[in-house]
Amino acid sequence: MGIMENIGVLLALLGAVLAALVAGIGSAIGVGMTGEAAAGVVTEEPSLFSKVLVLQLLPGTQGIYGLLIGFVTLTQIGIMGGSSDISVIKGLLYLVACLPMAIVGYKSAMRQARASIASIALVAKRPDQFGKAMIFPAMVETYAILALLISILSIFGIGGLPV
Amino acid sequence: MAKNDYAYAVARIRVRELSLLSSSFLEQLVSAADYETCLKLLREKGWGKKEEESAEEMLSLERKRIWDLMEELVEDTSVFHVFLYANDYHNLKAAIKELHHRNGFPNIYLDHGTIDPELIRKAVAENNFSALPESMQSPAVEAYKALLHTHDGQLCDVILDRAALEAVYQAGKASGNEFLSLYGELTVASADLKIVYRALRTGKNTEFLERALVSCDTVDVSGLIQAAAGGMDAVGKYLESTPYKDGAEMLKTSPSAFEQWCDNLMMRRIRPQLHEPLGLGPLAAYILARENEIKSVRIILSGKHNGLPEESIRERVRETYV
Repeated sequence: MGIMENIGVLLALLGAVLAALVAGIGSAIGVGMTGEAAAGVVTEEPSLFSKVLVLQLLPGTQGIYGLLIGFVTLTQIGIMGGSSDISVIKGLLYLVACLPMAIVGYKSAMRQARASIASIALVAKRPDQFGKAMIFPAMVETYAILALLISILSIFGIGGLPV
Repeated sequence: MAKNDYAYAVARIRVRELSLLSSSFLEQLVSAADYETCLKLLREKGWGKKEEESAEEMLSLERKRIWDLMEELVEDTSVFHVFLYANDYHNLKAAIKELHHRNGFPNIYLDHGTIDPELIRKAVAENNFSALPESMQSPAVEAYKALLHTHDGQLCDVILDRAALEAVYQAGKASGNEFLSLYGELTVASADLKIVYRALRTGKNTEFLERALVSCDTVDVSGLIQAAAGGMDAVGKYLESTPYKDGAEMLKTSPSAFEQWCDNLMMRRIRPQLHEPLGLGPLAAYILARENEIKSVRIILSGKHNGLPEESIRERVRETYV
């Protein structure tokens, strides 16, 4: 089986990998940064552990969304079972469909981490404002969800295209 | 994570900011019945560590706590050297004067410089300044010779004060950090204005000003010297064209009012760091905030110790960071 006959599935796989990889890297960096800030607060005030832990985890969702997109793509292109006979055009379409999640996932995780760190500082100073502190970084989540939505709709739509 | 994000350190500082003295606490100190009550209130706030220590010991412990914390938080504290050069030059001045008077004086050296005071003392005693940093060697030799040949203590002070200001300014610029650069700029600008004020009050000539003043971005030294030749009003007019025009009125009132205005200006300029989530700025601002509150507490304690009226102490107390 030559590489040229399988270029379609290769491109689709590249898309799945990018979604999981790039969004995952963004989340890893984000959770790492917020983890440092959370550890700083807990060093001084151990009673705030549970509150800062929630804020630390917020930038971790992009990695999960990336994994989901990767998983769905693998199922659609037959790598998890079934036929993996994908045309070059279809493979390219899968790759493009995965990009919103990869790019927006990475960038939104990084920005959400900054917002989370600011909220961790807010909680450190005013623990009673935890509810409000959660909202600011959660707003960034909107755009990760929009990217997830567009990637997932595209991936499901590509399967039925006559190309 | 980038090395200069300081996420852990900034988060710890955020919690520490909660224990900074507020303006209402300083007001409580000012209105306290006496000196002992002030010390008691400070101990309740966690200042000092034992009952019987003196105010000076308490304040020096608080300063030590600032630097101990920074050493814990920042791997390489050389980023904060900009705040410590003044102590080095103070120690150099003390060592030269101590040698000149051929007499040892207790407690004249400051801790927390970038150079060990003993090294400075030894360099001066042996008249061999090669162990000191290169930038310090030339002013050290100049000040040493000036004091030895002219016995003019003020000339020695002027040489070293100018060198200290230049070191702070250059370190601020070289740091590449906006906040530290601002600190260097404000330190030099406020020192220049204080020098001009004192020079006018004591009838110093233009040559003195040329020797003492240091150029910075916001103060044009030649323009300021020219204005100084025209007296206090001309200096006030000159200040109108600088970011320090609000200080002109204070300059006319008294040197202490102007110094207070300079310190307050610094606090106002660093306050945005309270909302910076990452970076060196919040750490540097915390150091300045702590130094500032130690200065305010010293003013209050000294006022209480000398029985000054409350109103007189109150007007000297600095604005707080939080």
